[in-house]
Amino acid sequence: MAKGLKFLLEIGTEEIPDWMIPPALEHLTKAFAGMLEKHKLPGRVSWVDATPRRLVLAAEKIEARQKDSVDVVTGPPKSAGEGAAQGFARKNGVTVDQLETVATAKGEYFAVRKQIVGRDTSEILAAELAGLILGIPWPKTMFWTKKGGPRFIRPIRWIVALLGSGVIRFEVAGIESGETSQGHRIFGKKKVKVSVAGYEKQMARNGVVVRSAQRRQTIENGVEALLGTGGLRLKPDAALLETLVFLTELPTPILGSFDRSYLGLPAEVLVTVMRHHQKYFSVTDADGNLAPHFIAVMNAPSDPEGLVVSGNERVLRARFNDARFFWEVDQNRKLADRVEDLKNVTFQRDIGSYHAKAERVVALAGELGGNEHARRAALLAKTDLTTDMVKEFTDLQGIVGGLYARAQGEPEAVARAIYDHYKPVSMEDSIPASEEGRIVALADKLDTLRSCLAVGMMPTGSKDPFALRRAAQGVIKILVEGGMATPFASLAGGNRELEEFLLDRVRHYFREIRGFRYDEVNAVLAAGVASLPDVLARLEAIRAVRPTPDFEPLAASFKRIGNILDQAGTEASRGTVDASLLTEPAEQGLHTAMQQALAVQESGSYEQRLAAIASLRPAVDLFFDKVLVNAPEAPVRANRLALLDTLRRGFSRIADFSEIVTG
Amino acid sequence: MDSFQTLIFKLKKYWSDRGCILQEPFDMEVGAGTMCPETFLRVLGPDPYRVAYVQPSRRPADGRYGENPNRLYKHQQLQVILKPTPDDVIDLYLGSLEAIGIDLKKHDIKFEEDNWESPTLGAWGIGWQVMLDGLEITQFTYFQQCGGIDLDLAPAELTYGLERIAAFLQGKESIYEIEWAPGFTYADVRFADEQQLSVYNFEMADVTALWQLFDLHEKECQRLIDGFADSSEKSRYPVLATYEHVLKCSNLFNLLDARGAISVTERVGVIARVRKLAVGTAQLWVAQQHPPEPQPAAEVAA
Repeated sequence: MAKGLKFLLEIGTEEIPDWMIPPALEHLTKAFAGMLEKHKLPGRVSWVDATPRRLVLAAEKIEARQKDSVDVVTGPPKSAGEGAAQGFARKNGVTVDQLETVATAKGEYFAVRKQIVGRDTSEILAAELAGLILGIPWPKTMFWTKKGGPRFIRPIRWIVALLGSGVIRFEVAGIESGETSQGHRIFGKKKVKVSVAGYEKQMARNGVVVRSAQRRQTIENGVEALLGTGGLRLKPDAALLETLVFLTELPTPILGSFDRSYLGLPAEVLVTVMRHHQKYFSVTDADGNLAPHFIAVMNAPSDPEGLVVSGNERVLRARFNDARFFWEVDQNRKLADRVEDLKNVTFQRDIGSYHAKAERVVALAGELGGNEHARRAALLAKTDLTTDMVKEFTDLQGIVGGLYARAQGEPEAVARAIYDHYKPVSMEDSIPASEEGRIVALADKLDTLRSCLAVGMMPTGSKDPFALRRAAQGVIKILVEGGMATPFASLAGGNRELEEFLLDRVRHYFREIRGFRYDEVNAVLAAGVASLPDVLARLEAIRAVRPTPDFEPLAASFKRIGNILDQAGTEASRGTVDASLLTEPAEQGLHTAMQQALAVQESGSYEQRLAAIASLRPAVDLFFDKVLVNAPEAPVRANRLALLDTLRRGFSRIADFSEIVTG
Repeated sequence: MDSFQTLIFKLKKYWSDRGCILQEPFDMEVGAGTMCPETFLRVLGPDPYRVAYVQPSRRPADGRYGENPNRLYKHQQLQVILKPTPDDVIDLYLGSLEAIGIDLKKHDIKFEEDNWESPTLGAWGIGWQVMLDGLEITQFTYFQQCGGIDLDLAPAELTYGLERIAAFLQGKESIYEIEWAPGFTYADVRFADEQQLSVYNFEMADVTALWQLFDLHEKECQRLIDGFADSSEKSRYPVLATYEHVLKCSNLFNLLDARGAISVTERVGVIARVRKLAVGTAQLWVAQQHPPEPQPAAEVAA
């Protein structure tokens, strides 16, 4: 059995934006595997990887040819007669005596047996690869040959396509595929002849580390070597590392320094300048304080004369000077004086200015029980949008407001609340640290949701320009994790659409973020939502009790009870149980057990209450085993229905157990 | 060490040797080299063109009275347009850096995603900011649309930030310390300009007068746009003069903006007014350059 051939595809481009590369590789893998499958070609993708200038796919165990196959084409039924047979034969290029008959459930049919000769794999690849390449989806494409020409993320400049030792020839965007790659722009050859087996080594000799994992390792090792044992530490930043891995072909970290005097600026500002504007890692001392150093990653092997370090240091100095300048100028006008300026800052065209928003958020913060500090913070929270610092470093909105509030002598609680009020910015982020912060963050997000939905800005599909889903998710996270018992029904401010939207995000939060099973979430929500911390408490109780042996069988019984009561319709009166009508020992037993369990419902914790409910199982089982609910005597029947109804109502306040999926 | 002007000579020579027409700066106020007719109009249509020029570019809001070492009200851009884009455009660009004395083996160069868009011009493109040792030295754009019109070719636009490059090459901390010519610093040549225009733009420009000027230029521009359709001599119609009024409006908008006279809410509306003029003029230009084929004359009656 042949081992099959190895295949290599390298799409050579101009620099692709780093963040678009991993999804493109994922698509490429699937598309290539799908193409093999479509043509029934054995083989598998062995790896994909990329640098900014090349997307690479390697495959193996590819056969040189498709297997020959036989295709049986069924024609008209035999009963259709000679004429039909002739027509069918002619259409398939055979004579009537070459026709076969096949038996089907509907009778005998004429058929033609066709020998399909397998095509050469190279021929299939040559026909498919151009479409495969241009089919990679990108967030924003361009044309470069001419209007209406092929579109890609950046111009394609070369293509390597090799199957074994042969070249797969095709053309895409005017580029002929071949066996010639390009090395690093500065540290490699313009033309590099490559082979399937030697590709990675050949590229490495030309300044290109093809594998992203290796580039990541190089950066990490380099950083470690630079920081040495001097007590300096890297401020870890996985996202920045990923960016740098896909921004370089030959990464090498360097350590730069800046003057200590800049440490007088807030660390947040310094880190933002380094990270977002310069793509530098920050460095801290052993105590976690920012140190006057940074780490940049070059796309070059070394910095022989120190020019790269000194160049980066100069750029950073200029940036820090700018930040210092903004800080000083911004202090000329206090945040409190800037409230009026918010009248000129539009929040959204149909909703109005940030000034109007600030007024609404202050009121809402009050309704949510916010104290004087919370209301003050709500008033000032958006004023930093008018500062030069935030105009320059938009990512620092809120944070700058908090820092300025502190510098301008606002109470610490106010400064802290402003600082935190955009939190949580993601599901991984923490919620605001203080009660005031949580209230302002909540009020701000709720106001955004209420006012956007009021003007019809409900997010649809991937369109969510105001990040309303994130705002709703933030509201839920703050309420749950902040233990805020704000009545859920009050959040939407009477907007039914918003209530549904929030409920949807509640489901999402508890399932996806907190990992509760979907039936548990459904069961708890079906029993009503008073407040979100209460929902959490009930879910945790269910999670704790669920593995006990009585729980799921009892849930199944609740489903049965539900069915019986539904079928009984109006007869399932909501009357009370008449103990004197309970004749069977099993129903008396259930009644007694139920009363004991009901007593626990009034005082116990959710877990105790659920345990008490679960303990009803033997009594319930015995009841269904021994007692006929639909007794012929109407009063007995009604009484038994009342018993079940009481049971269901009494024990469905934590969760609607019939929602639990059992078995 | 090259002076500022030598740097410019070298870049111009480099691009001249590669088939570019060397243009002189356009003699009107523009916010960027892109706005000059040599770029904005010439990138339209199917005719090949290669041009390079230095363009003083005015950004009134960026003025700092000459006090900030890195920010200028008016900076100089070297603008290069290559239409159509040659396949080796990036190599050509890297060659220009070598030509001004940057040894790329001793530095770190990266192309980082940065797409360009000008809402006032109805123009956008895809590209990068080119980073040299962490400093943005060039904006590299493949134009896709201009004046709301999809471009026939996708020309490459290279915009060099000359002050930054000069400060980098000369190792200066402040733009004002750059040696412009032997014995003269950037401050000697341009400080007064920065200071006085900042005073005017931020403190003294008369908002009412600026609005009146804006309205006048807008009206004149629109009159010219409207007159084209009925003109019997389209080939000599003053499309270029029409465009000059677009530029006047654009600069007045920038001045009003720097003066704080345009609220955020109004902003969108004023941008739309300028864009309407830019789009209208671009359409005129295309129609003038490549008029529709004349209808075949009806058979002459016997």
